Amino acid sequence: MENKNDQDQVIVCRCEDITLGEIRELINKGYTTIDEIKRISRCCFGPCQGNSCMQLLMAELTRQTGKNIKDIKMPTFRPPTQNIKLGVLARGEENEK
Amino acid sequence: MKNSAEVVIVGGGISGCATAYYLAKLGCTDVVVLEKEYIASGATGRCGAGVRAQWGLELNCQLTKMSCEMFEELDEELDYDGDTEFKQGGYLMLATKEKEVEQFKKNVELQNKLGIKSELLTPTEALRIVPFLNTDSVLACSFHQKDGHLNPFYVTDAYMKAAKRLGVEFYTHTAVKDIKVDKGKIEGVVTEKGEIVTNKVLNAAGGWAKEIGKLAGIELPLTPERREILVTEPVGALLAPMIISTSLNFYCQQVPHGSFIMGRGNPYEKEGLNQASSWEFLTNMSKTITQVLPVLSRIRVVRQFAGMYILSPDAAPIYGNVPTVEGLYLAVGFSGHGFMVGPMTGLLMAQHILGKETEISIDSLDLGRFDRGELIREPSVV
Repeated sequence: MENKNDQDQVIVCRCEDITLGEIRELINKGYTTIDEIKRISRCCFGPCQGNSCMQLLMAELTRQTGKNIKDIKMPTFRPPTQNIKLGVLARGEENEK
Repeated sequence: MKNSAEVVIVGGGISGCATAYYLAKLGCTDVVVLEKEYIASGATGRCGAGVRAQWGLELNCQLTKMSCEMFEELDEELDYDGDTEFKQGGYLMLATKEKEVEQFKKNVELQNKLGIKSELLTPTEALRIVPFLNTDSVLACSFHQKDGHLNPFYVTDAYMKAAKRLGVEFYTHTAVKDIKVDKGKIEGVVTEKGEIVTNKVLNAAGGWAKEIGKLAGIELPLTPERREILVTEPVGALLAPMIISTSLNFYCQQVPHGSFIMGRGNPYEKEGLNQASSWEFLTNMSKTITQVLPVLSRIRVVRQFAGMYILSPDAAPIYGNVPTVEGLYLAVGFSGHGFMVGPMTGLLMAQHILGKETEISIDSLDLGRFDRGELIREPSVV
């Protein structure tokens, strides 16, 4: 059986190496929106652009705050949709080689 | 929620949080900070995260130099449980026009007189600091080692936490709906969650300062305008200073975490509270930066965002009280450098609100200067 401590070791954000335990600690400290947690921990700030961590973060926020998932405010979508090299953008190319 | 307070601060950015802390430190702990979203959700958390003392106006030099000295001690002063990430890699400012070179010479002379150890560099000398800089169009540079970077989220968080420990109350996600003024005196603040009776209100609402002013019946000469930034993936340490140029229209730095962040202004930007990102910025920014720092061509953009410059008519902040509304104070119009003067804004406004002598005189930064025609133009805004 998995105990709570094991769960705390689970990596929520792979880009910034943030564990579930660290997210829980932030929620306990009063950072209870995705926007706040993002800015204070860099979760969702990495090259995955939140694609792998944001769902996990939302799920944990619903568990810890008792809010319905539809009431969790989504942060602003930040372009670009995919990581792209500055040089590719500057040259106006459609795809990275 | 408290129903009365000695001072109510509108705005949970650097200016509001720092003022709350210094008020409490000076003994005034009956303070409430109202923030319509979350701490640092406006211009503070969306800024370029740079701090420099290289300005062309004596007051801006003083405000930024003293703020920089306060930043150096900030983690200890506020007993912060994190690290505000102060990195003093300097600011390297590039001039590509003769007029700019002349301005740099004047600025450096002024800065040196005020104890800011900036220096003029030739493009070749600049290459010792940034070996991969394309100096083709650069005529001269100015450099100041003590300028640098801090994390705006952490700085604001640190001020908030320290103020809270001293007794200040913070209400986030609490928008101000009205400010009650009776016979030219502040009587209270109405929020979406209740009313607070008070005789002193500080308007530190950044992009929304004009709206807050209107609630108290005054028209502030402010122009909020969108500015955009992009962020790259984090890479190993490559660039020590912030590089910045008015004529090339850009600034760019590598933050301690490894990401590059960079921004530029759009001369066709319209006044307003728009904080959406545009594709034009992404294209123009990448063109500019890959010319100046070609090595960045192979680094990937992961995100772009936008925030606001809140421009005053002379690009200098507006500090002080409002003659027509007793009890209304202003810390507004920072014109893109509210974060870097944050500690001094906090200290000066706290001293001013409590009727104490201010660290340096803020008389010339009052609202009345626009009526008197005593504008104090800052020449070095990017």
